[in-house]
Amino acid sequence: MTALLLVEQTLNGLQLGIMLFLMSAGLTLVFGIMNLINLAHGSLYMIGAYFAAAFLTLTGSFLLAAPLAVLATLAIGVAVEITVLRTLYARDHLDQVLATFGLILFFNEGVRLLFGAESLYLDLPPGLKGQVEIVPGAPYPLFRLVIIFVGLAVAAALYALVQKTRLGALIRAGASNREMVGALGVDIPRLFTLVFGLGAALAGLGGVMAGPIVSVQTGMGEEILILAFVVIVIGGIGSVRGALFAALAIGILDTMGRSFLAEILALFLPREAAQTAGPTIASMLIYLFMAAILFFRPRGLFPPKVR
Amino acid sequence: MGARFAAFAILALLAAVPAIAALLDQPFYLDIFGRAMVYAIAAISLNLILGYGGLISFGHAAFIGIGGYAVGILSVNGIDDVLLQWPAAIGAAGMFALLTGFVVLRTGGAHFIMITLAFAQMLFFLFTSLELYGGDDGLSIPHRGTLAGFKVLDSPVALYYLVFAVLAGALALSARLVESRFGMVLRGCKSNERRMRALGFSTFRYKLAAYVLSGALCGFAGALLALESEFVGPSVLHWSRSGELIVMVVMGGMGTVFGPLFGALAYLMLGHFLGDLTKHWHVILGPVLILIVLYARGGLAGLFARLGKRP
Repeated sequence: MTALLLVEQTLNGLQLGIMLFLMSAGLTLVFGIMNLINLAHGSLYMIGAYFAAAFLTLTGSFLLAAPLAVLATLAIGVAVEITVLRTLYARDHLDQVLATFGLILFFNEGVRLLFGAESLYLDLPPGLKGQVEIVPGAPYPLFRLVIIFVGLAVAAALYALVQKTRLGALIRAGASNREMVGALGVDIPRLFTLVFGLGAALAGLGGVMAGPIVSVQTGMGEEILILAFVVIVIGGIGSVRGALFAALAIGILDTMGRSFLAEILALFLPREAAQTAGPTIASMLIYLFMAAILFFRPRGLFPPKVR
Repeated sequence: MGARFAAFAILALLAAVPAIAALLDQPFYLDIFGRAMVYAIAAISLNLILGYGGLISFGHAAFIGIGGYAVGILSVNGIDDVLLQWPAAIGAAGMFALLTGFVVLRTGGAHFIMITLAFAQMLFFLFTSLELYGGDDGLSIPHRGTLAGFKVLDSPVALYYLVFAVLAGALALSARLVESRFGMVLRGCKSNERRMRALGFSTFRYKLAAYVLSGALCGFAGALLALESEFVGPSVLHWSRSGELIVMVVMGGMGTVFGPLFGALAYLMLGHFLGDLTKHWHVILGPVLILIVLYARGGLAGLFARLGKRP
């Protein structure tokens, strides 16, 4: 029984980690290349989920709604980049924080205005519903497996893009020395819009896939945004590899802590105390993990080499 | 000159609020302005590190929460006198600042923003999961307790003037600090930390001291907020509260003594005004913030200073 629970929770942790990776990859790229701290990245995740809900009602098909929602989020991301964020690249971090905080307030309330304050629930098509047996006697929701596979595929594609293509070379070059890349004749504003659009699409994809498993509501973006900050700080800001590693570590640590910490504590503590302390410590576990790592490696595990 | 004149005019008005409220028979004025003064104290504490030290803390609401919960937990356990509750609130907030300061101050810039945000979120979840003290729903404070044994805090006017006195003290502290050697070093770190280190200053210690002082003062504000509302809950340390504190400081004019006072009052008034127009007022506030960032420099304190210079 415990072994099966362990498998199930490992998969749950993996799935949370994949979600976090989709958020953190865009966040860390945008920060690494444009030196922009974008609090509104979580809003794109939320927008992706709401678009999925809207297109699902419109088309009646999740498989159609999902790509449409990702594209729509990409369009919103590009529009925000061109209208607001572009002017912020040259500003200091405080201005960026304030302006993107303003964006969060706008998007959260805008969504509430358009869709109402009630949370939405997305229904999966019959083909994606239901359970599969990964090992005999251990049923697992099919859709969560789909999330894991899509996420891993995206991670592989992102790796190929960044490491093997011309665009990837520009992205890496931009991350290590922006001025030089500009001096070599690369159209920097277009590169920035492209990278931001990529990040927005990844966040949107995260939101679309989260839609059916969490309730779609305002504020959902910031919850995962703060976790994504923890991820990129641990991974080293600017490093996609670090983001993947840290996202999976955080996802698994958080899930394991929530399901097993109370029982682990019960080995040392009286049952009563473990039952109260378990959930409390579990909710703080990843932040303590972050503190421990940063205490020894203030720049994170994989800090990118700059200049 | 202009900013100082505006500040004293506002302080005089704040001092007259209880009389005005009694005259107009609008007792809720005391609540509104009492709360505004508490947020002004919190904004003053944030300004110490944000305005003078250049450290962008996106987790300052955590200290409000610590101060509030210190009062709430002591009060539930029968420790009623604020002369015991306040030192506990200030001490707990200062201790949290000291512990997290060792981690957050070793990094800089964007790291600092994200890590302070993360630590504040950690406390948010800690208090949310603290079933013993209300958990999600928060904690009602059974009664306001005593000041050195006297039951004066039950009077809203007395509590109001107590908060007013703390606000005046915080402003005086901030004004004195900026001109002191400590304040000079802190401002030196903001403009060029490497230079300060080359001059032989152990900048980490100065920044840590400023961070602890700021956290402790903010914890005091949290204690006062809990006393005023007779309630403390996870919502007081929601991440958006930390964002609002930054907005107050920047709107008022960061790195100025009176800026946080202007900013806190202006932000809360703007909230009341827009809130009366529509309940979806954040849709308006968001773009307003973006416009302030893009086009307004120096905040209200800068505006008052420019007005004061005009012949």
